Amino acid sequence: MSEVIVITSGKGGVGKTTTTANVGTGLAQLDKKVVLIDTDIGLRNLDVVMGLENRIVYNLVDVVEGNCRIKQALIKDKKYPNLFLLPSAQTRDKTSVNPEQMKKLIEDLREDFDFILLDCPAGIEQGFQNAIAGADRALVVTTPEVSAIRDADRIIGLLEANEIGKIDLIVNRLRMDMVKRGDMMSVDDVCEILSIDLIGAVPDDEQIVISTNQGEPLVGSSSLAGKAYQNICHRLLGEEVPFLDLNSKEGFFAKLAGVFKK
Amino acid sequence: MGFMDIFKKKNSGDVAKDRLKLLLVSDRADCSPDVMEAIKNDIIQVISKYMEIDAEGLDIQITQTESETSNGTVPALYANIPIKDLKHSC
Repeated sequence: MSEVIVITSGKGGVGKTTTTANVGTGLAQLDKKVVLIDTDIGLRNLDVVMGLENRIVYNLVDVVEGNCRIKQALIKDKKYPNLFLLPSAQTRDKTSVNPEQMKKLIEDLREDFDFILLDCPAGIEQGFQNAIAGADRALVVTTPEVSAIRDADRIIGLLEANEIGKIDLIVNRLRMDMVKRGDMMSVDDVCEILSIDLIGAVPDDEQIVISTNQGEPLVGSSSLAGKAYQNICHRLLGEEVPFLDLNSKEGFFAKLAGVFKK
Repeated sequence: MGFMDIFKKKNSGDVAKDRLKLLLVSDRADCSPDVMEAIKNDIIQVISKYMEIDAEGLDIQITQTESETSNGTVPALYANIPIKDLKHSC
């Protein structure tokens, strides 16, 4: 049984593409056959985050318009032979594809893949409608900021209206130092406000910037963010995984202060 | 403001949470400020038939309240209507 998951957020820049790349790669590490679809037509980015930008020949619009077969447009990952990318078109716009075409494309891909991950563009217009058209479930990415949470709430409403079966939350870019001193909403705060199930909490980690620079997703690495993404993948497979203690990576002085507090 | 008040200032995380809770209730109810203003004016008209109220001090907003029947919160229309004079009351 294949599962089609849309990664969405409403607001831009909260980490949809990074999440898609890492969750997709993480599922491939767990021996699942995975395809990532970049649905952000006109603003293609998943290819660079995956480090596959030099291998693109055909794209999503080519497939939909029948200029090539699906298999010709799929790019195999550098590391994992069971991970593929269907890149978006860079020189077209969102109206080049419609929801019916997306549904058809996804139905065709279901036969060959365990997981189909759709990287949704920001916004709630046609690009969003295309991305959610064929999805079974959704991962809503947000950061602990008022603007991102407000947009996430709107997106959750739209996903429910479109009868997406399961909607889970990823709280991204947490800064535990700020949460501790009360200057950032905690994961619990965000969950309380949005009242949907939490599937992952990812700390703000400079390793993410480094891994994106290199075009290699960091899921599975020893970094906190890498572990957090790996846990999300296990949860997607239905395993119960306890949430990470994001406080564990404190600096020396914070630990010292902690000792004196006791 | 006293010296100690500096330390009593509400954390910005809590401020954000409180603002969001209010904001999302009105977002979800899809009530624009225009609609709220119209509701407010209608309330003033109806109540004014029976008593003299302070139209300036009238405050209405959509908030969350504990549901009496099911667990969890439900949206509620909250109105604070100060009465100036009860002489017209029945």
